[in-house]
Amino acid sequence: MAEASAGSVVAPAAAPGVPPVAPGDGGLAVRMEDAGVGDRIYHVSITVFALGVPLLLCCIAVAIGAAAAPAFRAFGLSFLTSSRWDAVAGEFGAAPAIYGTVVSSIIALVIATPLALGVAIFLSEFAPAWLRQPVAFLVDLLAAVPSVVYGLWGIFVLIPLLREYVMPFLAEDLGLGRTPLFSGPAYGPSMLAAGLILAIMVLPYISAVAREVLLAVPRSQREAAMALGATRWETIWGAVLPYARSGIVGGIILGLGRALGETMAVTMVIGNRHEIASSLFAPGYTMASLIANEFSEATNDLHLSALMAVGATLFAVTLVVNALARWLVWRVSREARA
Amino acid sequence: MTAPGAAPQSTRRSHPSGTQRAFAERTATTVGRRHVVNRVMVTLTFAAALVATLPLLFILFLLLKEGAASIRPHFFTNMPRPVGEAGGGMANAIVGTLILIGIASAVGLPVGIGAGLYLAERRGTRLATVVRFLSDVLNGMPSIVLGIFAWEFLVRPLGHFSALAGGVALGAIMIPLVTRATEEMVRLVPTALREAALALGYTRWRTSLAVVLRTALPGIVTAALVAVARVAGETAPLLFTAFGNQFWSVSVTQPIAALPLQIFTYAISPYDEWHAQAWAGAVVLLGLVLVISVLARFATRSRFGLGGD
Repeated sequence: MAEASAGSVVAPAAAPGVPPVAPGDGGLAVRMEDAGVGDRIYHVSITVFALGVPLLLCCIAVAIGAAAAPAFRAFGLSFLTSSRWDAVAGEFGAAPAIYGTVVSSIIALVIATPLALGVAIFLSEFAPAWLRQPVAFLVDLLAAVPSVVYGLWGIFVLIPLLREYVMPFLAEDLGLGRTPLFSGPAYGPSMLAAGLILAIMVLPYISAVAREVLLAVPRSQREAAMALGATRWETIWGAVLPYARSGIVGGIILGLGRALGETMAVTMVIGNRHEIASSLFAPGYTMASLIANEFSEATNDLHLSALMAVGATLFAVTLVVNALARWLVWRVSREARA
Repeated sequence: MTAPGAAPQSTRRSHPSGTQRAFAERTATTVGRRHVVNRVMVTLTFAAALVATLPLLFILFLLLKEGAASIRPHFFTNMPRPVGEAGGGMANAIVGTLILIGIASAVGLPVGIGAGLYLAERRGTRLATVVRFLSDVLNGMPSIVLGIFAWEFLVRPLGHFSALAGGVALGAIMIPLVTRATEEMVRLVPTALREAALALGYTRWRTSLAVVLRTALPGIVTAALVAVARVAGETAPLLFTAFGNQFWSVSVTQPIAALPLQIFTYAISPYDEWHAQAWAGAVVLLGLVLVISVLARFATRSRFGLGGD
């Protein structure tokens, strides 16, 4: 790529503290003072658009933060640890929703990660050329299916399937029913259903990032391992995956971000009960589905503020998770370029 | 690609000593085991690919089976009807979704394309780095959070739900998608083109708009369509912004029906009739999303070959 020159040739202006002319420009870039009126207007307008992104993020943070403040003032940190959610009594604690969000996301990642890595490795290393495009297209298509369609499928296919076959199989045939994780009656709408549907939904995100990262691993890395006599799997396990590790972890965390914030499909299958249950067969709640269910019918200001506080928590968590993921992925692609 | 695995180390055939023979045997068994492991893992990754694509095929099959039964011409032209009354449709929701997409594009495309141009043209600056990072972070924001944002700025002050609020929420979701995709497309434009334009005496803004942006246009159209396809199916941010509407409404200041909202309402209802309608709605929604996605591919293929995989 023509990294150094392509952008800066037309770079019209010097922001304070930024050198206006990059090396290799051939003197084409001119300082702001010498630029014509048109150039100046153009530069200012694209800068304004660019500032729109941070501005939007700030607006979101401020709006939600301000609206959430009354609830945090009223309940303090117990908002995050209490399980009581009683709009009539005016008591709000988001612990079950936070618990449900975390648990459903963990289930999703546990299921989706190996599958997504398998897909990515297959597509980047093993698949014959004619199979690559169609399979990649199908997996990408998984990300294009609207959340509400997954929810619909969850209600009418996944849940009956879980209730009739999977849950009895896990509890009785495998004898897991004695462990707290798989005990209790099999209602259908449950944490397990939410985790499964989330797994399907985050899989394309993880596998897309993983594939990208694997393709960024230099050829020489593979060739060296093969020259040492490694089989193709040993090459991947010993030379390719370690090189791509932090990028893949970034992809997984990116998937985590998706799972944490996914709303509709989860709302439709998780059962929406504000309670912490140890069993994965029991219904639960997530932060996003709590907001989705109650927001438009919040009864009073404190209730609304409590929902905003749930939104603020969700915002903060996904912000951190996404920033971490992006940083990890960015580090790998930078190393690959260097 | 290279042939799988490595050839077993050749050992001398003539007069092997005891140690050599033992070594050769051990090598042969390890090599055998290593090849088995290799086979198994290759098969497993193939199985993963198979399993990953199964849910999609499963869903598509079911949609066609369940949805096709309920799709009649009147589904597109009639209004929703109460339970027990045959012949209901989703005309208002289909139009509502199109209006919401229109508003979202009006909000998201200019900002996204502008910001993307900035990122590509001024890529080394500190602001560009920050904006690039933040737009990636914004891209990962749960869509319901953007719904809360639109509610706070457009529903609370006005005192009622509106199509405008829903459209703005969707537009905000489009911004980071369009920004990053535009940047990629503009970066693909060959430097020689810019230099030629500048050498001919074009000012820099004209070079950027009339040459660079013009060249990257098919790619940007693709990006825009991909973003539209993504927000067309969004439900969560519409729950308390566009809100949904059982009646015909095309006013941007009034609550408006949307296809995904209608599917949601029908899906969680207890009536079989409405479930059938939900399936039909899902077929139409997925069809819309897929048509837009396919259009997106065509837009890129048409010229210059920019932006392909």
